[in-house]
Amino acid sequence: MIYDVAIIGGGIVGTAIARELSKYKLRTVLLEKENDISLGATKANSGVVHAGYDPKYGSLKGKLNVLGNAMYESLCKELDVPFKKIGSLVLGFNEEEMKVIKDLYENGIKLGVPNLQILDKEAAMKVEPNISDKVIGALYAPTAGIVGPWEMAIALMENAMDNGVELKLNNGVTNIEKNREGYKIYTSEGKINTKYIINAAGIFADEIHNMVADPCFKIIPRKGEYHLLDKSEGNKANTVIFQCPTEKGKGVLVLPTVHGNLIIGPNSEIIEEKDDVTTTQKGLEYVRHLGENSVKEIDLSKVITSFSGIRAKTSRRDFIIEEVKGAEGFIDVAGIDSPGLTAAPAIAEYVVNLLEKRIGKLEKNEEFNPNRRKVVRFMELTDDEKKEIINQNPKYGRVICRCENITEGEIIDIIHRNAGATTVDGVKRRARPGSGRCQGGFCLPRVMEILARETNKDIKDIVKDKQGSYILKNQWENIDGMGD
Amino acid sequence: MEEKELVCIVCPRGCRLTITKESNDYIVEGNKCNRGRIYGIKEITNPTRVVTSTVKFKNGLLPRLPVKTNGPIPKRLIKQCVEEIKRIEVDYHVKVGDIIIKDILHTGIDVVSTKTM
Amino acid sequence: MNYDLVVIGGGPAGLAAAIEAKKKGINSILIIDRDKELGGILNQCIHNGFGLHIFNEELTGPEYADRFIKELEALNIEFKLDTMVITLEEDKSIIAINPEDGLMNIKSRAVILAMGCRERTRGAIHIPGTRPAGVFTAGTAQRFVNIEGYMVGKEVVILGSGDIGLIMARRMTLEGAVVKAVVELLPYSGGLKRNIVQCLDDFNIPLLLSHTVIDIKGKDRVEGVTIAKVDEKRRTIEGTEKFIPCDTLLLSVGLIPENELSKMVNLDLDNSTGGPVVNESMETSIGGIFACGNVVHVHDLVDWVTEESKRAGKGAVKYLKNQLMLQKDTVKTYAGYGIKYIVPQIIRPSNIEKDLEVFMRVTDVFKNRELVIKIDNKEFKRIKKSHLAPGEMESANINVEDIKGAAEISIEVQ
Repeated sequence: MIYDVAIIGGGIVGTAIARELSKYKLRTVLLEKENDISLGATKANSGVVHAGYDPKYGSLKGKLNVLGNAMYESLCKELDVPFKKIGSLVLGFNEEEMKVIKDLYENGIKLGVPNLQILDKEAAMKVEPNISDKVIGALYAPTAGIVGPWEMAIALMENAMDNGVELKLNNGVTNIEKNREGYKIYTSEGKINTKYIINAAGIFADEIHNMVADPCFKIIPRKGEYHLLDKSEGNKANTVIFQCPTEKGKGVLVLPTVHGNLIIGPNSEIIEEKDDVTTTQKGLEYVRHLGENSVKEIDLSKVITSFSGIRAKTSRRDFIIEEVKGAEGFIDVAGIDSPGLTAAPAIAEYVVNLLEKRIGKLEKNEEFNPNRRKVVRFMELTDDEKKEIINQNPKYGRVICRCENITEGEIIDIIHRNAGATTVDGVKRRARPGSGRCQGGFCLPRVMEILARETNKDIKDIVKDKQGSYILKNQWENIDGMGD
Repeated sequence: MEEKELVCIVCPRGCRLTITKESNDYIVEGNKCNRGRIYGIKEITNPTRVVTSTVKFKNGLLPRLPVKTNGPIPKRLIKQCVEEIKRIEVDYHVKVGDIIIKDILHTGIDVVSTKTM
Repeated sequence: MNYDLVVIGGGPAGLAAAIEAKKKGINSILIIDRDKELGGILNQCIHNGFGLHIFNEELTGPEYADRFIKELEALNIEFKLDTMVITLEEDKSIIAINPEDGLMNIKSRAVILAMGCRERTRGAIHIPGTRPAGVFTAGTAQRFVNIEGYMVGKEVVILGSGDIGLIMARRMTLEGAVVKAVVELLPYSGGLKRNIVQCLDDFNIPLLLSHTVIDIKGKDRVEGVTIAKVDEKRRTIEGTEKFIPCDTLLLSVGLIPENELSKMVNLDLDNSTGGPVVNESMETSIGGIFACGNVVHVHDLVDWVTEESKRAGKGAVKYLKNQLMLQKDTVKTYAGYGIKYIVPQIIRPSNIEKDLEVFMRVTDVFKNRELVIKIDNKEFKRIKKSHLAPGEMESANINVEDIKGAAEISIEVQ
């Protein structure tokens, strides 16, 4: 048995490509080393769908950002993923920064970013009344939006699977061999044969690349730390609020999430280990400090959690999307840092074009269904709809998460979908129990119980997140020492 | 002459007691009331505690039945008491106060159910 | 569905309030609770020490709850379990859901809020580090161990020396875990003395005051925490860092009144208590909506929750019988130096028969001081206190005759 295409990596890029490939008659598999998709950079980032004025004109980033942004709204409709086009502001605090803003504006116009405007203080305050009094002007980009990054990746994967793509979780790639038909991929769970490979391994993309060719880029991982605040603070920002960009990145942002919380972050630190997602006192203090510079009166006592995400920067700065020299049919999709989330749908189309250059015109999958089955969000239903759905399935009448009023019916549904949840955090990423202010204090035992029941597992085998993140130990074994 | 320091727990004041043994008598210092003196001597001569834990409960809505000793037992027996309790499984209807283990460790104290299940 | 009184929450507060209302002649009462059984958090508090004031004996949590559940059953008070209130409106109409009845529209003439409180989490106290499994709030761990029967870890560090943290130190030890330390940010413990002695000292568990956890290590499961000393401004002192290997971190760092529903109907909230502003009858800023127990302010002993909830039950009955006086001459309570808050915040003397117990918390540990009560800024009474601590609720009795016509009553520590 041989696959046509194997995608390595189940982040936003890998899943977007999987979904794009499901439009064609191809036998596609996605290999993910973790026990769920979206556990790398996709798990923790700002969730901004950038307007696209920031990347340099002429770069791949610049081209794919604008294209991706334009695709988001309809894509999110098809996939039933919450998306809000709320616009963004880049704040200028002095004349020098206003010069940067003017440059950004001009760069954006060249790239084709629609409706960009430079606002004076008054106009900026009208868009965003909570910004600092020290602001003297701003760049306004009405096409910027917000989305849940992992919700997007999960929806893309689910729809890809609905349309025939296979997903192999817990399959970390250990080696790749070139053979006559294509490649043999060795994973932690076995081996598979494929004609073509798409390397979307995020921060590990250089290691995967080096399995088939000489090194030509190196991932320089960075991390960014964030605070997530309670919904009571969500209205402190109506738009995505940036400070002027620097060499390191786009600076500290303040923005609402699609679910109405407030996010402040990130900083940008080079890290030694690729999977270092620790938060630090220093990093978080920096983030708080800069966030407060942009927006007045953020109540930092309302922080409900803090997290840190990784970014796959490379020495080449731009996205690296190309067939690898000397490795026919092996396509790198690497160095996808910001605006990777925004560009992902456009990257996927770009990759299909590259594949077609190699294979020839791909045959359409006539049965492709672009729409993901609607997700029930119980609290968003009308009273009559609520009544009706509980009548049909009484499990929608049992609230499991009391911070966000998420029902057992919703949790069972997201467990049994394609690319469904198998872990506590997996449930949280899909249905949000435990994302509220109690952070799972009440619902954790009940979510574990439901997961165990629905996946036929012992409750002790239910993990929080990655493999090994076990939660319970059996109380009634290994009773030992006791104080006296 | 032995000397021992304790924090009195009779009331929230938390007096620091010093208890000295002289021949067959105990002298308590640092207490602000007589209850503290009694507590201090008891803690030195025969400290006791009520032990609470749970036993396995079968065929119920919930898997654990809470229990307690229906009186204080010597502190040195806490560990053994908990070990004894761990061995028990209950698979019948119980009410608050029903005896689960009679005369635990020959203390004259019973382990009783603290919940109706 | 129509009721005279709906009580939201079937823990100690809701039970006592409903029972009191029934005894005083209200027949149409419904208690709503989201759990599978009545009794609330008492069910997982299997240790003893409850009821010394109300019953004059030491009961365990489930036993304390049982007394009320029996009474409730004897009085034939209706209750719905596994049921969640998802909407509460100012006119006291309620939408609740459960799997059996589906969505219920409930009209009630009066409502008592008794939803209790929740625990502060890691996020709320900004502990940096990794985000592995093995970090639990003490109450969640307590539920796993005492209700579900699962052990949450073997080598434990506990941050916060509130009572739940102390109780869990003993519980985990008795179940075979090693509790390596209880770490407390403040220079004193917020827990009861008896718990420090019987839960820590009995098992030689060190209590590290003026210390905190500054880092969590471990990728998938907790592998250890770094603790450090803090100075009087609660800043960590460099050079005092110490790594403690462990697989579990329990957090006992405070409780917060659970006020989602209070916010939904825009009740006036008190920033110091975190709960709704209430008057002498435990009535909130909306007439006919009452609140009691930990939803109003976090109590130290359940006995006081019961007392306060009876007051709410009585208040609701008076309201339903149109006996609550709504006159304007209200007396406000004011927390002076050393007092964090006073409950109730508003007193209407004509609704008090003889006297009223007011509850308060102090801001710091004080030795040999006096609680000074002032009425309209004139010193009125001094109560000698050899010992005051934030962990222990204080109370003072106010005679109604003394405050009639007054505008403000203040209490301070001197």
